[in-house]
Amino acid sequence: MALRGALWRLLLDPHRRAVVSACRAQGTAAAARCDNEKVASKSKTQKVQFNWRDGLDLEGLLTEEEIMIRDSFRTYCQEKLMPRILMANRNEVFDREIVSEMGEMGVLGPTIKGYGCAGTSYVAYGLIAREVESVDSGYRSVMSVQSSLVMHPINAYGTEEQKQKYLPKLARGEILGCFGLTEPNHGSDPSGMETRAKYNPSSRTYSVTGSKTWITNSPVADVAVVWAKCDDGKVRGFILERGMKGLTTPKIEGKFSLRASATGMIVMDEVEVPEENLLPNVSGLAGPFGCLNNARYGIAWGALGAAEFCFHAARQYTLDRIQFGVPLARNQLMQKKMADMLTEITIGLQACVQLGRLIDAKRAAPEMISMLKRNSCGKALDIARQARDMLGGNGISDEYHIIRHVMNLEAVNTYEGTHDIHALILGRAITGLQSFTVGK
Amino acid sequence: MSGRVLVGVKRVIDYAVKIRVKPDNSGVVTDGVKHSMNPFCEIAVEEAVKLKEKKFIKEVVAVSCGPQQAQETIRTALAMGADRGIHVEVTGKDYDTLGPLQVSKIFAALAKKEDAQLLILGKQAIDDDCNQTGQMTAALLDWPQGTFASEVSLEGDKIKVVREIDGGLETIKINTPAVLTADLRLNTPRYATLPNIMKKKIAQVKPADLGVDITSRLEVLRVDEPPQRLAGVTVETVDDLVAKLKESGTI
Repeated sequence: MALRGALWRLLLDPHRRAVVSACRAQGTAAAARCDNEKVASKSKTQKVQFNWRDGLDLEGLLTEEEIMIRDSFRTYCQEKLMPRILMANRNEVFDREIVSEMGEMGVLGPTIKGYGCAGTSYVAYGLIAREVESVDSGYRSVMSVQSSLVMHPINAYGTEEQKQKYLPKLARGEILGCFGLTEPNHGSDPSGMETRAKYNPSSRTYSVTGSKTWITNSPVADVAVVWAKCDDGKVRGFILERGMKGLTTPKIEGKFSLRASATGMIVMDEVEVPEENLLPNVSGLAGPFGCLNNARYGIAWGALGAAEFCFHAARQYTLDRIQFGVPLARNQLMQKKMADMLTEITIGLQACVQLGRLIDAKRAAPEMISMLKRNSCGKALDIARQARDMLGGNGISDEYHIIRHVMNLEAVNTYEGTHDIHALILGRAITGLQSFTVGK
Repeated sequence: MSGRVLVGVKRVIDYAVKIRVKPDNSGVVTDGVKHSMNPFCEIAVEEAVKLKEKKFIKEVVAVSCGPQQAQETIRTALAMGADRGIHVEVTGKDYDTLGPLQVSKIFAALAKKEDAQLLILGKQAIDDDCNQTGQMTAALLDWPQGTFASEVSLEGDKIKVVREIDGGLETIKINTPAVLTADLRLNTPRYATLPNIMKKKIAQVKPADLGVDITSRLEVLRVDEPPQRLAGVTVETVDDLVAKLKESGTI
């Protein structure tokens, strides 16, 4: 980008700083030696250099378009999101403008075709999630909710009128949405939800009553896709709009995780929802689960983005910090930790690419997504904690960012299906026996 | 007027990369090195897209000369909002010796072929720092030129250009068609949006098709790194400093 931005970016961007200092460290003498070796070995086959930033050549599995999308969005994340996150997280402030900015870039609802959306592959969606989460999981949550939990249900289950009415505005980030499934008394067991939607034939409306909690975006959302049990006992989705009588969205205070994104409740007291706002093309839990799977896939990529940031940051810190006369990175304990991080991230990403390709080919099963969401989140949380430890005292300062990822990943590991719940989903697939409930 | 603007974009080694000279001193190492669009070319594309958004012009065409990889650079321009791209294929030895004179001949031919109203380029490329292509192209076309532009406004069929010169700022008014070269403060380039990245309208053309001879009249004799900076020497007093300077023959 513009030269004037270059210096500012070099100063503020830990990634770039790493690249620049590594380059500076190389020096002419080392470079000359390197070239001589290359010239000498030209007669034999070219030696493949291991790239610790991309252990199994993920780059080679991407299309040119996906690489361009990733690079362009990475530049935006590093230049526009990274400078904001320190204070946004510290002061628990949600920058609503980022939604409009992301909308301008076309990254909201990227896999949807038409309605002002980009229509990219699922792999591209994953790459986008990875880039934004490498800055902050809260920002990626906002993006995931808008794309997978609000735009996707409207696109997959809504009427043409609903799609025309909401999708273009959601894509531009003009309006912000939220997804209401979880309740105070029903988290892992959504089928037990207490929110009810009673149909009134006279006014052709549904009267929705109940409360939802832990809803990303709700305090500032313009629309809410709420799931409620209807008179026939089946769960259906409704589009609620801010301003409807009886609808309030109190903010949840005192969060230590995802502080840069606003989280709250959706409280509904006999909210009259016109029947045109019902999502007609799905009933039962297949509806919300379809959305959740869409979001979980993005999270599988995203969590590894956060892990990558922590790994790279810990690597740079241990290279710079001198104790007992040598860099910390000289120590075996440090190198072992980094080797473990490298391995998990590399393997995790390879699995994510394969999953993305399967989804694009419509050959993916939900259990695959569960497997990778669980793996990525669990491993990322562990990597972040290890990285925090490697930074010692400095690791608890938000200036070094890792502790923020540690805090965030606690939520990421829990939401969209806890680590344990996904284990049960896989267990059921493996054994044929469900272990969610105490009944048979 | 056709309302068409041609923007020249060059694929150069990324500004953040540490440049290394080839062991045979014939040039710099480019294999496997990160390349991107020349920063001043980005500013040029941004200006063209802005003019289109303000409805002063109708179409932005991005042009690049080089091997297959030049298409990446054109694609970046499309992603920023250019309407279509033209890739002038120049490969191998021809590409190694491709310089401002040949590129300006190519651009001049294309400007005529595409009936361009405006040609916008970056003021210089960060690899060779020539600052010649814009000026040469204008001369070949016998068009007016507004170089080092930090502000551009279209007024009817004339263009007002504020130029950054050594003494300050110079404002000129030139006729169209014209050549402009973009300086740093002209604008801030936008990010490429996803829908734009997925556009794929690049046409392929060879210099011979345009009737341009791209043989170089220049021969690179040698490329060297700047001399290594040697360690300094600390001295205790000013007298010592003066004595050392006299010793080395500096004063």
